Amino acid sequence: MFKLKSILGTNDLTKENILTILDTADTFKEISTRSIKKVPTLRGKTIINLFFEPSTRTRTSFEIAGKRLSADVINISGSTSSTVKGENLIDMAQNLEAMNPDILVIRHSHSGTAEMISRSIECPVINAGDGFHEHPSQALLDLQTIREAKGSLEGLKVAIVGDIAHSRVVRSNIYAMKTMGMEVRLVGPPTMIPVDIQSFGVSVDYFLEEAIKDVDVIMMLRIQTERQNRFLLPSLREYSNLFCLTSKILEKAKDDVLIIHPGPVNRGVEIALDVMESEHSLILNQVTNGVAVRMALMYLLLGGSDDNIN
Amino acid sequence: MTILIKNGRVIDPANHLDAPKDILIARGSIKAIEPPGKISISEADKASIIDAKGCVVCPGFIDMHVHFREPGFEYKETIESGCQSAAAGGFTSVAVMPNTNPVNDTRSVTELMLSQAKAKGIVNVYAIAAITQGLAGERLSEMGDLKDAGAIAFSDDGRPVMNNELMRRAFEYSKMFKLPLIQHSEMLDLTEGGCMNEGAVSTELGLRGMPVEAEDIMVYRDIALLEKTGGRLHVAHISSGNSVELVRQAKAQGLPVTCEVAPHHFILTDEAVRGYDTNTKMSPPLRSASDVDRIKKGLKDGTIDIIATDHAPHDLTDKQTEYQNACFGIVGLETALPLTLKLVEENILSLSDAIKKLTSAPAEIFKLDSGNFSTGKQADIVIFDPECEYEIDVAKFHSKSKNSPFNGWRVKGKVLHTLVAGKVVYSVI
Repeated sequence: MFKLKSILGTNDLTKENILTILDTADTFKEISTRSIKKVPTLRGKTIINLFFEPSTRTRTSFEIAGKRLSADVINISGSTSSTVKGENLIDMAQNLEAMNPDILVIRHSHSGTAEMISRSIECPVINAGDGFHEHPSQALLDLQTIREAKGSLEGLKVAIVGDIAHSRVVRSNIYAMKTMGMEVRLVGPPTMIPVDIQSFGVSVDYFLEEAIKDVDVIMMLRIQTERQNRFLLPSLREYSNLFCLTSKILEKAKDDVLIIHPGPVNRGVEIALDVMESEHSLILNQVTNGVAVRMALMYLLLGGSDDNIN
Repeated sequence: MTILIKNGRVIDPANHLDAPKDILIARGSIKAIEPPGKISISEADKASIIDAKGCVVCPGFIDMHVHFREPGFEYKETIESGCQSAAAGGFTSVAVMPNTNPVNDTRSVTELMLSQAKAKGIVNVYAIAAITQGLAGERLSEMGDLKDAGAIAFSDDGRPVMNNELMRRAFEYSKMFKLPLIQHSEMLDLTEGGCMNEGAVSTELGLRGMPVEAEDIMVYRDIALLEKTGGRLHVAHISSGNSVELVRQAKAQGLPVTCEVAPHHFILTDEAVRGYDTNTKMSPPLRSASDVDRIKKGLKDGTIDIIATDHAPHDLTDKQTEYQNACFGIVGLETALPLTLKLVEENILSLSDAIKKLTSAPAEIFKLDSGNFSTGKQADIVIFDPECEYEIDVAKFHSKSKNSPFNGWRVKGKVLHTLVAGKVVYSVI
């Protein structure tokens, strides 16, 4: 039985939780390949997507996931600008809760917001990304994609490359991967490696070519072209020279290395075009699996267990 | 009005007194301090008697760092509500910071604050005026006029003076008036957008960090400037272990540097931020366990002169928001005593030394005529029960604001009576 009230981060998930989610997602994946892509599992349930930060893929993925399970899905876009901040977040959440939704999916540009909201309401919350903190459904879909390709997760080595400091995807992946017995190596310029990250039980490397030699998976992160802090990098050009995954660099990697990316990709900046389109790349599989993982999360939070899906 | 405080343990650090004594107060002043039972009062005196059995009787506490938000932000706190909060915490004197609206950078604002405080007549209020006009860090304020209006120190608290030359000139100029400059030490270009201490916890929580070096660099800069210019520096709410060391070295060189610490900086670490309670957001931020250790060493060896609360009231709407957007600061007047007594429990300070850092030490640094029990002094007194155990309940605070991370904490040490100029301004009984 799945006992979590909310999915706020992978830091809270046990190995059993993760396996339950991935196994459930595997089962749900088939639904999306049917000609009638809908099951009645969550009929009569209401899911609110509360997105305070612009998002196309994640929001759509949650929406499709809810709809394939026959839930009613409502999308609300909030704003995080200081003028709108006048509307108290907690008030807003409590107002939505008063309409009796079954799950609140929350995306916010500030860390901790999903956790703050979940503390003030009874309704289950799925954190769809908060600031630089966590993005659990992304990490789970990454794991599902890797497991699909490799058969199992235990013992795999992963290199995560890019702006580690400002990435919620990295934090969620570190927790989930460590929990599943994987080895994580972070790669990026020192300005983008947050302080004391070694205390998370990961290693750090500054040189891409060296760092990817023995890994099973390379996760490339999106580099924000509109960087908040101008002191982090001299230029995108130099970043690309040092950290772009090109086919030349990929030659140093294992033959069966997998490449994943949480998207959207800056083509030619963090991954060369040919690498993105090579057989190593699982970027589109990640997107497909995203729907299945989110279906699994909704289903499990609303009381389903992995052995009575059908 | 005559008051006899009987059977208490009288602690008066300035006079090296720690003994059972009775205190007689008449016409607002201390008339006599004698062994128990030795003071005879005639029926004609109509003395009211306070039995302080089991309690500590000491000079009223002095808090050199409070924000009373008036004028400008009266929904957070007023001078009146702030004074009531002070009295409830055992404080008989407070010094209010100038970051009001309008800023206290002119005679009229200083006079308004002081007259408002006088009219309410609860505790003694001193004004700290701005170093620079509008706290804008561009031009010096009229320090001469401000001193004349009653200002006892200058500070751009919360908006540290970033410009090096301006700070140098501020030290030089303030020398004329023999008043200290109080600096909130923070290199703002290192902390931009930050909302907690930078370290493993900020990395985990995904919150922008405020590195400890932002404090150290400014403390060092100010000490270096002071060495050249003369003047006096008081470092506000020190939170960094390295900054404590810088102050220690400056004192060893004989430089006129003093510093204060707020209770939350010796009680909590940045671990408290987990869970994103915005009442753990303050500036300087809660630091690492090693900083807290070094703060305690600084308290013990006297490097840290005084304890000040940085009482920073904020309304619920300023705090019930995303951690990143929440206002900095917590209320402190009504929790200072029990938190300070934890230092006594941990054998970091003797009870007398702890009281000293809340009474005679700040009085000495800021040249206030209080903080001790010399005969004839204005009778500013706190009577507290050091053993009384209770749960902190923010709903019972006298402050208008309830932003405290200590709600629900079980603590020891309760203020029972506070007297200002011989008048009871707070009493639980």
